[in-house]
Amino acid sequence: MSTTGIESWAVDLKDVGAIYPFQGAEVIFVIVGVVLWLGWHVLQMRAENQDYEDQISQFGDDSTIAEALDGD
Amino acid sequence: MEGNLNAITTVFTEFYYWATIPLMFFIHIGFCMYEVGASRRRNHMHTLMKNTMLIPLVTITFFFFGWWLYWAMPNGPWITGGLLLGDAAPNTPWSETMGPNTGDRITGVFWAAFLLFSWTAASIVSGSVIERINSGAFWILAVVIGSVAWIIDAAWGWHYGGWMVQLLGYHDAYASGVIHAIAGGFALGVLVVLGPRLGKFAKDGTPRDINPHNPWLVCLGLFFIYAGFWGFYVACNVPLIGPEGIDGQIKGDTWTATTIYLTPTTLGAITVNFLMSLSGGLLVGYLASKGNAFWTYSGGLAGIITASAGNDLYHPIQAMIIAGFGTWCAYKLHYWVERKFKIDDAVGAVAVHGYAGFIGLVICGFVLWGHPSSPYEGYATINPLGQFAGAIIMFVVLGFIPGWIVAKILAAAGLLRIPKKVELLGLDFATNREEQAAADDVRATEKTATA
Repeated sequence: MSTTGIESWAVDLKDVGAIYPFQGAEVIFVIVGVVLWLGWHVLQMRAENQDYEDQISQFGDDSTIAEALDGD
Repeated sequence: MEGNLNAITTVFTEFYYWATIPLMFFIHIGFCMYEVGASRRRNHMHTLMKNTMLIPLVTITFFFFGWWLYWAMPNGPWITGGLLLGDAAPNTPWSETMGPNTGDRITGVFWAAFLLFSWTAASIVSGSVIERINSGAFWILAVVIGSVAWIIDAAWGWHYGGWMVQLLGYHDAYASGVIHAIAGGFALGVLVVLGPRLGKFAKDGTPRDINPHNPWLVCLGLFFIYAGFWGFYVACNVPLIGPEGIDGQIKGDTWTATTIYLTPTTLGAITVNFLMSLSGGLLVGYLASKGNAFWTYSGGLAGIITASAGNDLYHPIQAMIIAGFGTWCAYKLHYWVERKFKIDDAVGAVAVHGYAGFIGLVICGFVLWGHPSSPYEGYATINPLGQFAGAIIMFVVLGFIPGWIVAKILAAAGLLRIPKKVELLGLDFATNREEQAAADDVRATEKTATA
């Protein structure tokens, strides 16, 4: 039993097509891939916004902003 | 060469491997850039020279004996047979085929492609030990990993007749283990003996960040490594071969590209999978490190390294997911090992190469379970146990243990670590002083001339 469907290379290569594992599940791969992609955006945006909120709570007072403007 | 088709095939193969070599040069440029970028200003030039001088040392030793080891030791020896002295004979440094020879156009370029892998193995170790290792000690370690340890593992697990392929069904098409896991393990063995940089850990053991002095240079260096990795991947393939050339079980007359094991694959497959695994690594590296540039770039590398063992066969989405998982594990393991064992891996090389490579081998055993490891009859098929055993052999047996032993010997001889006062002053201190004095002298003269 092989995940790729290839049990042996005692074959004529002109008769061989796809050689990746779990053939037939391509649509599931794509669904999982798309979910991960969209999930990445959600996690990234949450993390980025949290980072900005942290920065504002830590450095958002007027004097620090004025100091930053002077140093730019 | 007999006949035009054979001639074209041979010259194409010669040119194919040649083209991989300048591409792989970028890996070394990248390693130099990121090591120098990661070091502090007082250590720049020594850091650069430490890495640069492994080039000639590994090159000449690989010519003297490294290449012979690859051809002589696929059987262990004495695991599946003895030393293959007949196969090794054309690869001795005194063989006629090692010089210009119109009867053999392939040995030279094949030797060089393997040599560039050797540089990479040594260079991986180089980054982790910066700012406190004695350069001379490092160069001995570089020869051990670059011209001995990795090439033995290649003979065992990255040769179509290697005993690990035959008995374990070991599969590592683009070197998750045979380059990355072994180099990471070797680096860890050295680091255990070498110890951390001064000031790396607080008295209570809390690690301190010693940040790169130039994050731009570090990231560009890693970008260059990506570029060079294309050559690395392509060099791992046999570009064009017919069933009669493989001499295995494949029937018919369809020619193909193959892996180093002579199992069929395509350049298209590895191109797509390279990009998808790079992407998986970058995406997870970014999230795991909260957008830290160094770890995002390193994540891309860790992603490729994790998926490399099976990137000849994975579906692209499998490659992406495997890469992301390996990157997340490598990132977490780096900081866990740093805290737990007080290991100062200056550039995260043990994690990015060692842990990611190890994990990639194990995953490959599950995802490619049952796929033939070879076109030859009687070889074990790819399986999780064989891949796990292979990962242990790469990371521990041929990586960690030799690194630890040689580092111990060097330390016992007082040669491993630079003196504490030099570490405090900086490796370039004396040179910087001299150069500053010379510059001041010129400046004073210029002022006098204009007065």
